[in-house]
Amino acid sequence: MIPVLLILIPLLTGLAAFFFKNDKNVRLWSLGVSLFTLGVSIMGLSLKDGAGPLAFHGEWMQTLGSSFSVKLDGMGQLLCLLNAIAYPLVILATWNSSYKKANNFFALMLLAQAGMMGVFLATDALLFYFFWELALIPMYFLCSQWGGEKRIAVTFKFFIYTFIGSLLMLIGILYIYSHTPDHSFSIESFYNAVLSRKEQHTVFWLIFIAFAIKMPIFPLHTWQPDTYEQSPTATTMILSGVMVKMGLFGMLRWLFPVVPFASFQWGDFITSAALIGVIYASLIAIKQNDLKRLIAYSSIAHIGLMCAAAFTQNISGLQGLMIQMFNHGINIIGLWIVVELIERQFGTRKISELGGLAQKAPVLAVLLVIVALANIALPLTNAFPGEFLMFNGIFSSKTNYYLWFTIMAGIGIILGAVYTLNMIRKVFYGTTNELTNTAMDIKWNEKLALGIIVAIIFLFGIYPQFLLNSTVAVTDTIIDKFEMLNNTLPKQ
Amino acid sequence: MQNVLQIVYLIPLLPLIGFLINGLGRKHLSKSLIGVIGSGVILASFVLSIWVFLQVKGGNTHEAHYFDFISVGSLKIPFAFKIDQLSSLFLLIITGVGFLIHVYSTSYMQEEKQEHFGRYFAYLNLFIFSMLLLVMGANFVIMFIGWEGVGLCSYLLIGYWFQKQEYNKAANKAFIMNRIGDLAFLIAIFWLIQKLGTVSYSEVFTAANLAKLSTTDVTVITLLLFVGATGKSAQIPLYTWLPDAMAGPTPVSALIHAATMVTAGIYMIARSNLLYSMSHITMDIVAYVGLATALLAATIALKQNDIKKVLAYSTVSQLGFMFLALGCGAYTAAVFHVMTHAFFKALMFLGSGSVIHAMGGEQDIRNMGGLSKKLKITFITFLIGCVAIAGIPPFSGFFSKDAILLSAFEKNPVLYGIALFTALLTAFYMFRLLFITFTGKFRGTHEQEHHLHESPAAMTIPLIILAVLSIIGGFVGIPEVFMHGGDKLGEFLSPVIATHAPEHPVSHSTEYMLMGLSTGLVLIMILFAWFKFRNYQRTEATGFGKVLENKWYVDELYDKVIVNPLNKFGGFLKTVIDKSLIDGLVNGAGRLVNYSSRQLRLLQSGQVGNYVLLMVVSMVLIFVVQFFLRK
Repeated sequence: MIPVLLILIPLLTGLAAFFFKNDKNVRLWSLGVSLFTLGVSIMGLSLKDGAGPLAFHGEWMQTLGSSFSVKLDGMGQLLCLLNAIAYPLVILATWNSSYKKANNFFALMLLAQAGMMGVFLATDALLFYFFWELALIPMYFLCSQWGGEKRIAVTFKFFIYTFIGSLLMLIGILYIYSHTPDHSFSIESFYNAVLSRKEQHTVFWLIFIAFAIKMPIFPLHTWQPDTYEQSPTATTMILSGVMVKMGLFGMLRWLFPVVPFASFQWGDFITSAALIGVIYASLIAIKQNDLKRLIAYSSIAHIGLMCAAAFTQNISGLQGLMIQMFNHGINIIGLWIVVELIERQFGTRKISELGGLAQKAPVLAVLLVIVALANIALPLTNAFPGEFLMFNGIFSSKTNYYLWFTIMAGIGIILGAVYTLNMIRKVFYGTTNELTNTAMDIKWNEKLALGIIVAIIFLFGIYPQFLLNSTVAVTDTIIDKFEMLNNTLPKQ
Repeated sequence: MQNVLQIVYLIPLLPLIGFLINGLGRKHLSKSLIGVIGSGVILASFVLSIWVFLQVKGGNTHEAHYFDFISVGSLKIPFAFKIDQLSSLFLLIITGVGFLIHVYSTSYMQEEKQEHFGRYFAYLNLFIFSMLLLVMGANFVIMFIGWEGVGLCSYLLIGYWFQKQEYNKAANKAFIMNRIGDLAFLIAIFWLIQKLGTVSYSEVFTAANLAKLSTTDVTVITLLLFVGATGKSAQIPLYTWLPDAMAGPTPVSALIHAATMVTAGIYMIARSNLLYSMSHITMDIVAYVGLATALLAATIALKQNDIKKVLAYSTVSQLGFMFLALGCGAYTAAVFHVMTHAFFKALMFLGSGSVIHAMGGEQDIRNMGGLSKKLKITFITFLIGCVAIAGIPPFSGFFSKDAILLSAFEKNPVLYGIALFTALLTAFYMFRLLFITFTGKFRGTHEQEHHLHESPAAMTIPLIILAVLSIIGGFVGIPEVFMHGGDKLGEFLSPVIATHAPEHPVSHSTEYMLMGLSTGLVLIMILFAWFKFRNYQRTEATGFGKVLENKWYVDELYDKVIVNPLNKFGGFLKTVIDKSLIDGLVNGAGRLVNYSSRQLRLLQSGQVGNYVLLMVVSMVLIFVVQFFLRK
């Protein structure tokens, strides 16, 4: 029942949130229910992968061959946990931000959470698609109703991009469905679908485009900096911390095992694009003057590396990717919290207008430095084990270009240090100016949120094995499926 | 507690606890308490390190496995420590010199605000922790953790006075340059994982595993590790961060940027000596790069006027000597020089700190002069440091430098010639520094002259201890020609470092002659410096001197060739490619859809006639297409 609860709690409480009248009550309500969801998610984590309560099967549109089946496996556990941790953190950290019609705001946020939970849990393709859309639609409203000045144009772009992606994915799903032996949307049938090599290529691109847009990888990324910049920060946190993982997750669950041959064939091409994106986005991040855009481009770089790791299709790369999906989410939420604090206090996100904050807000400075260093994967922070394994995966992947890929990714690491340290230097160090003279240090709720993030950073930085253990089974399944299907493929 | 080797984890753990207490309690603890905690934990680690050292000397080595740091598939990276001859020696140097510098800092940093005082000691403790991880780790990944950790502390301490953006820039530069090296280190680790499936020293350095590596593998791995070392240990081409790192407080320069962290590269190569000895190409490259760095940095040091900059370039140059030794296969000599250099360079940096303290923050030696009268202890100890680095027997520097020069001679007399020339430059610039600073007339302001005073005991006692060590530190490695079995250090390290048979062994008489030659020439250089600088008058550098004063314009070159183009390219990507091209295409597509839908809307005119016409035309078209496409 746990996976059903993970979806139902945010769904129902989100719908209920629409009816709240009082601003404060709806915050408390959302915080409370998100903590409840977190509790359930931790309970799911404590159970062994494959245990009875972690799966649920219900009848749903039987004639179509679709059912309401959900399952919490190792990869789902980590991502659901991320989703569940993210919400209380975001609500806590943005406690002092005010929203007009707060009830609608929080209701939509919770609905998006329900959608993402469903994406991470569904073992039925149609259900997966349904939740995919359920997660996206609230985001359009959140961005267009509560966003910045250019919110309408930006949301429109965001919508068009993801809508095209979703449409292609739906076609892809229906295509596979028509090739399943038993005409079913269940994941087992999808994994057993008989597709010739030629068909695999078509299906691969139909579905991959949707995921590539969602991540996003170069050159399909231009919706992302704008959307991150214009959305209310709480929404951006969810978008960049949790939702981008839907694309990576989707590839691992719904793409590679279904079309292993095409995934292998296009690996080099996509890895190249992703890694060009790493360097490209890092170089642009160096030139950014807007904190939000800087972090947005930094995120493109990080996701590019993760995408490359996905295509390594070896244990090291995939295990690294799995724990990195979780850790990247935690760290980037930490960065957004700092940006939100700065913007609320000074009314600007321009790096050139800030400076000297470390003098006035030492606690904030220390916490930010830790989060920023985790973001560039310093050892003993949570991002290091993941990046280490992903790099090792890229280096030991079967492609002929492994050395080039490693070097490209490595350049990204160096450039990452450049923009991160420059940002710290310009915003936090140096002397204060007129604007930052009156800076205040952070409040208890923000301290708590960042403190939890820092605790997670060190916990999984020193003992990453905990996360690695929980995804071993899933990784093995993906690799097994990949190899098995690749061997039994009809030769043409 | 029967065996101290069972509790070696305390050695790094204590500084970590010190870091946490001082870091978290910096607003609540008094300065004296912060100082006591900060220094106390290091003293405790030092005592444990001595104990460990004695155990190892008695023949006990130890490998402690705590937990699996990363375990994925067949790859297992344990969090484990290895205590053997090499690491126990480094433990002594790190905690010993580290403790003295902590004590010194309690007085040197006294004028800092309590909160920043706490921050300073927290960083310093964190540094010791990371450095201990680096040398205690039982595999390359733990070494890497310490490796990046010391880089972080170096960054934090260079930018300790964070109000000054110049200092922060120096801190960033140090971090980023180190990261370039670190990337090579990482790739070397991946290479090892791919070929051997392990990164533990005890598994990599076995005959069976080493035999599995092809010559190319060995060359590539050793070269990549060496690139990592050039970052951390400030060698060509990644050395330019170290002189800038002098922006940090002077005790930091003494500890991190002279005595310990920058020797991490030497440690790494000495640790992997079995691997390095398998590749002649790498050995040659290490030797040449080391020697070139030694020479380049020595020429720059000739013309520097900032007391700390002279010492910084001297450090780069001495590190170059150590790499020369490594490249000649004289690993023990390199480690020996690490030790003696730690003594005399820490001594001189702390001495310069004492001078700067007395001069009220002044660092330009052109504004000093005649300080020997007011700062007696500082002067005498500094003099001892200069004699030691110049390599005059029986001071410590003589023995270690002699071992390096000899190994160079055995490899190739040309290398020896250049190395000797560099050693002469070393003697010259060090005594130039000494004479300009301490002899002649005082050239500063009246206020400064009035303020001149010897430093308090917390600063002078570490100076005296280091001076004693600089004198006697060389006796652990007396060459065989003087005393049979005098090379205690080589004997001690022999289980970890295979003795390397020289390509061209020399006779005893040649060895005596070489020693005599270098000592005699060094004395001449000192005399030359004495006549030139005892009554120094301020002059402007011209011609070639100007090039040296400007450090061969290497920083400018890097800016022109790498930094600026990258910056410009980033701007180009941001405005032209991302905004105009990619986003332009996307928006263009959007506009196209908009436009075409506006046009299409016209079709829906509501007039039945138009619809019928359209229908007929379409049907005809479909038939025509069908007709042509049929098979």
